[in-house]
Amino acid sequence: MSGAPLRAAPTPAAGCAERPVLRERGQREVFCGLTGIIWLHRKIQDAFFLIVGSRTCAHLMQSAAGVMIFAEPRFGTAVIEERDLAGLADANEELDRVVEQLLARRPDIRLLFLVGSCPSEVIKLDLSKAAQRLATRHSPDVRVLNYSGSGIETTFTEGEDACLAALVPSLPAEPAAADPSLLVVGALADVVEDQFRRLFDNLGIADVRFLPARRAGEMPAVGPNTRLLLAQPFLGRTLAALEARGARRLAAPFPLGAEGTTSWLKAAAEDFGVEPGHFSAMTRHARERARLAVARHRERLEGKRLFLFPDSQLEIPLARFLARELGMIPLEVGTPYLHRAILDEELAALPDGALVSEGQDVERQLDRCRAARPDITVCGLGLANPLEVEGLATKWSIELVFTPIQGYEQAGDLAELFARPLVRRTRLEV
Amino acid sequence: MQLTVWTYEGPPHVGAMRVATAMQGLRYVLHAPQGDTYADLLFTMIERRQKRPPVTYTTFQARDLGGDTAELMKTAVKEAFERFRPQAMIVGASCTGELIQDDPGGLARALALPVPVIPLELPSYSKKENWGAAETFYQLVRALAGPQAPAPGSVTPRDPSRPAGERPSCNLLGPTALGFRHRDDVAEVTRLLERCGVAVKVVAPLGATPADIARLGEADFNVPLYPEVAASAAQWLKRAFGQPATTTVPLGYGATRRFVEEVAALCGFDPALLLAGEPSRLPWYSRSIDSTYLTGKRVFVFGDATHALAVARVAQEEMAFTLVGLGSYSREGAREVRQAAQEAGLEALITDDYLAVEAAIAEAQPELVLGTQMERHVAKRLGIPCAVISAPVHVQDYPARYSPLMGFEGANVLFDTLVHPLTMGLEEHLLGMFRDDFEFNDTAGPSHLGAGHTPPAERSAPEQPGSLPWSTDAEAELRKIPFFVRGKARRNTERYAAEQGVATITVETLYDAKAHFGR
Repeated sequence: MSGAPLRAAPTPAAGCAERPVLRERGQREVFCGLTGIIWLHRKIQDAFFLIVGSRTCAHLMQSAAGVMIFAEPRFGTAVIEERDLAGLADANEELDRVVEQLLARRPDIRLLFLVGSCPSEVIKLDLSKAAQRLATRHSPDVRVLNYSGSGIETTFTEGEDACLAALVPSLPAEPAAADPSLLVVGALADVVEDQFRRLFDNLGIADVRFLPARRAGEMPAVGPNTRLLLAQPFLGRTLAALEARGARRLAAPFPLGAEGTTSWLKAAAEDFGVEPGHFSAMTRHARERARLAVARHRERLEGKRLFLFPDSQLEIPLARFLARELGMIPLEVGTPYLHRAILDEELAALPDGALVSEGQDVERQLDRCRAARPDITVCGLGLANPLEVEGLATKWSIELVFTPIQGYEQAGDLAELFARPLVRRTRLEV
Repeated sequence: MQLTVWTYEGPPHVGAMRVATAMQGLRYVLHAPQGDTYADLLFTMIERRQKRPPVTYTTFQARDLGGDTAELMKTAVKEAFERFRPQAMIVGASCTGELIQDDPGGLARALALPVPVIPLELPSYSKKENWGAAETFYQLVRALAGPQAPAPGSVTPRDPSRPAGERPSCNLLGPTALGFRHRDDVAEVTRLLERCGVAVKVVAPLGATPADIARLGEADFNVPLYPEVAASAAQWLKRAFGQPATTTVPLGYGATRRFVEEVAALCGFDPALLLAGEPSRLPWYSRSIDSTYLTGKRVFVFGDATHALAVARVAQEEMAFTLVGLGSYSREGAREVRQAAQEAGLEALITDDYLAVEAAIAEAQPELVLGTQMERHVAKRLGIPCAVISAPVHVQDYPARYSPLMGFEGANVLFDTLVHPLTMGLEEHLLGMFRDDFEFNDTAGPSHLGAGHTPPAERSAPEQPGSLPWSTDAEAELRKIPFFVRGKARRNTERYAAEQGVATITVETLYDAKAHFGR
């Protein structure tokens, strides 16, 4: 480990506030917020995501996962057609009809999200009104909510933020007199969620809830005694909505790597008055296991130069983990959007030499990447193969969103994801 | 509005991307919001292309909508030209770009760039990917080859005679990026034409530059390999340059022969010598007694119109299969598909709703499905063998090996493709004879495809019990019938029992019905 300790409490402004950020705009090689549906529809098992959009949206959804997922998914697209635009059909009546058709086909659905897209936003189709109307019609069997995952407003993981923010107003109210409870916010793999639950349990924090819950009817209550930990760094709007309901955020870095996970857990432990000795005893074994698992990859990755294209907003915590626990050297850390307040601890822990960039002009960023010749480039699927052809080793960023990477037991797996492209290059003799 | 889960075709601008990405020296500037860049990964991941598609996206955001999205478009065109120095550019809008009505064509023209800038109008809310590809190719051909065309009225039909020593020549039209086996089809058809003594002048759009498109008129005739993409351009070339075009797509053994005969007629040579001998293994493999078990196998065919039509013909005429379903998602080719279905005594399924295709497959109970990646998944669910014969594509549809579908080698590939998913002759007999064997039974899947190849989720799905009661013995006997015909046997038996006024279906009723309806 290197540098100052990774602090759970917010650090004084020194360092991070002055860190220069390169802001760019231009062509963005990133997904829109609709893509979040790919994991959200599996996370909430009785929810359906109905995109109100174009054929492009439907095509994106089946292409974005890189391979086609062919079980009948709990998402679909109401494709806007010429006659909807020409006013020949009343778009709201059409939408009601499609929803009827859908709910008849899927009677198991308890929560329906109407998801706005670029075209629905541009033609100003009011999905919040539609959601209210449909909610009345299908109550109490189905709740209907809406959010926008459009590319003109959201980038990739901001879709999850919009979805969870839409859920917040409908969460049950926790009485003000209730005992403090801990709310972990952000979709996590089920296995990671279960691990965290066990850890909090061992620490003596018994009332731990997760947002989103696995079922629509099990969404957590929230109130003034809710303390929340963000499990993902891209949840700015959700955080604001939860704070408006009285919840209080426990500032912490994100649970990536042994160190990140410890700091994240510690933020909760300190707030819930867990004895430091008890915390240390209860986490020691998992912490050691994670450290060992990460260390196995250190030799391969130490001193390697790293370039991250913007994708999921996980880039800054990832770069912090790779720099501090594996000795990698981040050259540029791109993020589609920088939530300074959420990433305060992370930015402070990032090595000084790393350039943080926000937004994207992909051609200029590629120029910088080619000039820097990093040892590993983290980028989207549209860029990876062309960069490999240019001789640069790449790591697909989407895998970091679709793989369990948080927590102690996944720290080694996370390191391995970065080691693998380099290992592969040394093994291949073709 | 239409409820869609999976789509056979993307939006029309993805068709335009398939044309642009296939070409060299062309740049496509697309007025599109953030997120539409997802289409890049189709090419870099599914097709494993080594370069990014030559597409610049304006990437407008919500906050730009009140301001100047038109300026964004102009800047994008200008910067793309300066950075990439293309020979020509195409400009257009994606679905959202279309709604904001910025006139990308007019904006790009106003920049007065020193290269041709071709505007595309691709209506996203009524048209789809293949239409977009065809329209883009047509606009490119018209704009780039047009200036070379003789004055209207002076166009004369081509004279098949040419100076001694000069070979006849043609263009191959239609192969694109992200096409189904286009790479290998082009190689195979080029080889076939070489053997015919015909030179291929230009292949377009795959591998062509704008300069190549400009000289399309020089060849003697055109070969539209994929009518979905090439038909409108070939028609225009015929009008503008008097170039005839072949009408047979060389997919399958018989079609390849007819294609050679057509080329021979256009060039004035005798095809007999070329067609003599054994240009393909398909005829012998099909006649080999080993293939007898293929006779009358019930197949369901679905795909784009070109592949569905050709494969339906191969299945019937070259494999002696029985067609039990034929359909296509291409409305543009619906007429021909309907006709072919009618000739086979069927009603064509023209739809882009994959759930309707799934229902039709379950209903027809074929022994083999020949379709797209969608049908592969449907067939997997129903426990029916399947081969993929058409786009939409998957990374597996870009095999490392040479694997054309066109020409005589393509016929060989088709034979293998159509036979390999099936349980082989003797194995099939043994499965039929010893149905109760705990290891070898029809739920285990063909032995040569490895363990667990066919995990049928809902084998009994099509077997909806009717209203008539079955005796326990009859139910047990019914289960001894192979699953793919079990539903049909049940329905026939019940129909027979109803007609005969039988109260309870017994084993006897089952066999009476079998004799009555005898296949």
